[in-house]
Amino acid sequence: MLVDGIEEYFGWLLDGASEGLRYLVGGFEDLLLSIPAPVLILLASALVWFVTRRDIRLAGLTALGLLLIWNLELWDLAMLTLALVIISTILALAISIPVGIAAAGSEPLNAALRPALDLMQTMPSFVYLIPAVIFFGLGSVPGIIATVVFAMPPALRLTNLGIRQVPRELIEVADAFGTTPRQKLFKVQLPVALPTIMAGVNQCIMLALSMTVIASMIGAGGLGYQVLVGIQRVDIGMGFEAGLAIVIIAIILDRITQNLVPQHENR
Amino acid sequence: MKLEGSVIFEKLSREDSTSLQPIVSVKGLTKVFGQDPEKALALHRSGCSKQEIHEETGETLALNNVSFEVMPGEIFVLMGLSGSGKSTLLRCINRLIDPTEGEILIDGEDIVGMSQEELRATRRRRLGMIFQNFALLPHRTVLDNVAFGLEVQGIPEDERCRKAEEVLRMVGLGGYGASMPSHLSGGMKQRVGLARALTSDPDILLMDEAFSALDPLIRRDMQDELLEIQQRLCKTIIFVTHDLDEALKLGDRIALMKDGVIVQIGTPEEILTNPENAYVERFVADVDLTRVLSASDVMRRPEPVAQCTAGPRVALHLMEEHDITGIFVVTRQRLLRGRVTLDDAAEAVREGTPMKDILITDLPVVAPDATLSDIISLITKSPYPVAVVDGAGRLRGVISRGAILAALARKGEDIRAVA
Ligand SMILES: Nc1ncnc2c1ncn2[C@@H]1O[C@H](COP(=O)(O)OP(=O)(O)OP(=O)(O)O)[C@@H](O)[C@H]1O
Ligand SMILES: [Mg+2]
Repeated sequence: MLVDGIEEYFGWLLDGASEGLRYLVGGFEDLLLSIPAPVLILLASALVWFVTRRDIRLAGLTALGLLLIWNLELWDLAMLTLALVIISTILALAISIPVGIAAAGSEPLNAALRPALDLMQTMPSFVYLIPAVIFFGLGSVPGIIATVVFAMPPALRLTNLGIRQVPRELIEVADAFGTTPRQKLFKVQLPVALPTIMAGVNQCIMLALSMTVIASMIGAGGLGYQVLVGIQRVDIGMGFEAGLAIVIIAIILDRITQNLVPQHENR
Repeated sequence: MKLEGSVIFEKLSREDSTSLQPIVSVKGLTKVFGQDPEKALALHRSGCSKQEIHEETGETLALNNVSFEVMPGEIFVLMGLSGSGKSTLLRCINRLIDPTEGEILIDGEDIVGMSQEELRATRRRRLGMIFQNFALLPHRTVLDNVAFGLEVQGIPEDERCRKAEEVLRMVGLGGYGASMPSHLSGGMKQRVGLARALTSDPDILLMDEAFSALDPLIRRDMQDELLEIQQRLCKTIIFVTHDLDEALKLGDRIALMKDGVIVQIGTPEEILTNPENAYVERFVADVDLTRVLSASDVMRRPEPVAQCTAGPRVALHLMEEHDITGIFVVTRQRLLRGRVTLDDAAEAVREGTPMKDILITDLPVVAPDATLSDIISLITKSPYPVAVVDGAGRLRGVISRGAILAALARKGEDIRAVA
């Protein structure tokens, strides 16, 4: 009933969003695939080397891991998974960080959000697939929608927490020196909360990756689909290889985001 | 020690700013923390105490009808036990806390009625603040911390960096601009805090227990440095402390607070010698050293002295040579005979009067084990320094006003270590 109503009145909106997302993922996937694999492997290793402040070992492992994925002929699927993860993460952060900032500044909003977040985090992840399928059918788009919803809560919570945990004296510094609310946010609150927010970003990416794998059940494609096929055909080797590729991507993304911001001791 | 004495002496003689307009003027300031200030105020008017109001309503009457004025260039110290409302009062002045009632005039302008826009302008240009735990921004370099105020004001980067570097040099951290705050020691951090407040060149510095987190030696250095900077830049400083020694050393005037009320306002000397009520007396007695230190701890050697066998001409010569205005006269066995002033000696030389005719014998005299509180009451009654004389009547030392204040301003442990 409700669903029908929504379909009827907001169908155009859902279709539009769906079209846009499909286009975005497709474009991003094409972009990743247009770069020759060796070049991308080199670029990724260089990025790891740079953000880990010249950890040559980690950069080497990155190169090895990606070469392995290439060698297993999982490269194209891996790029699709990566495109899904990156698009989902960007969307999830684009919602959760501003909302987290708003929740840090507003008690009513915070109180309203808390039960919703609790619900979202305790729900088994594949439950998100059902409404996504109802509204968007099968394919990568419902996969992205489900992933965004699933990956949002920790980033939102940690943004909220990070800003609330900014020491009171630092807020007083901002006020005492005559900052506008905007200056206070960008010059004091966000930079001081950044390590906590980045922990949220890191979790958001990890959850997005795990969810895109599950979303392969509704036809999102990528490495997850390969795992699924392996399970269905009881082909252990196939499932294992795809699973290994997912782990490699997870580790690389984790190391990059963990090291993106230098930790500073408070006070 | 000599330096401290002279600083205090200068401060005492700097008391002639009364003809000026007050730069900060607080009138009838009241602050209630809680949901329903009206109810708390009504209870207060019906005669309930802070405790009773808190039990009845859960509201805290943090400030209760506080009024005072601060003159330009003055160091005004707010002192009191924990919870007496010092921080609340200080934060009302730049409205980090909004007062419940009363007005706060800064150069005649009421900050309580200001719009957000006006308030920001006042905070940026007129009020600097220094915090107990330094409160440096951990993600910024020392230089960017110091330039923070100017950055907020929208001053271009090269100009604010130049200014910030200049102020950093002034506080002795010239080479540390690129360091991160977490790499500095406590004393250095607070120098950065001081520099940050000074960079936007405000007229008024608000300091909340700014030196309380530092260890005693560093703390003394910072106090000296603050006095020096204050003298050079002539800032008005409102300084919160719960430490009497610090208050005596820094304050031109001290306001003693209790339960949200100012119990007494006065110069350090007035507070020490003339406590207005039992609370002030107890506070002074609790924390200060007047009952711990004795005359022998604070006296200095009586140099030079004149022999009573010598004439006025010798005494005059000695005084001129040492650039002093009075000299003790003793026998060969150093038994105290009296004191001769510069003027009297000069006249005696002209008139040819003998030494014994110009000898002042009505001198304040104490034993070496007399306590400082005894000495303070003596010294305020007499224009002369106090002579310390042992049981046999021999002159052992001399105590000036400056020496007493300097001793009180020093930490007790140093003195005991020396003694
Ligand atoms: N934000 C607040 N909410 C409620 N009560 C407060 C608040 N801030 C201070 N108080 C209360 O107001 C009174 C005065 O506090 P204030 O911090 O001004 O004292 P203080 O003299 O600075 O003490 P200390 O030496 O411990 O810093 C105390 O009873 C305190 O509990
Ligand atoms: Mg305080």
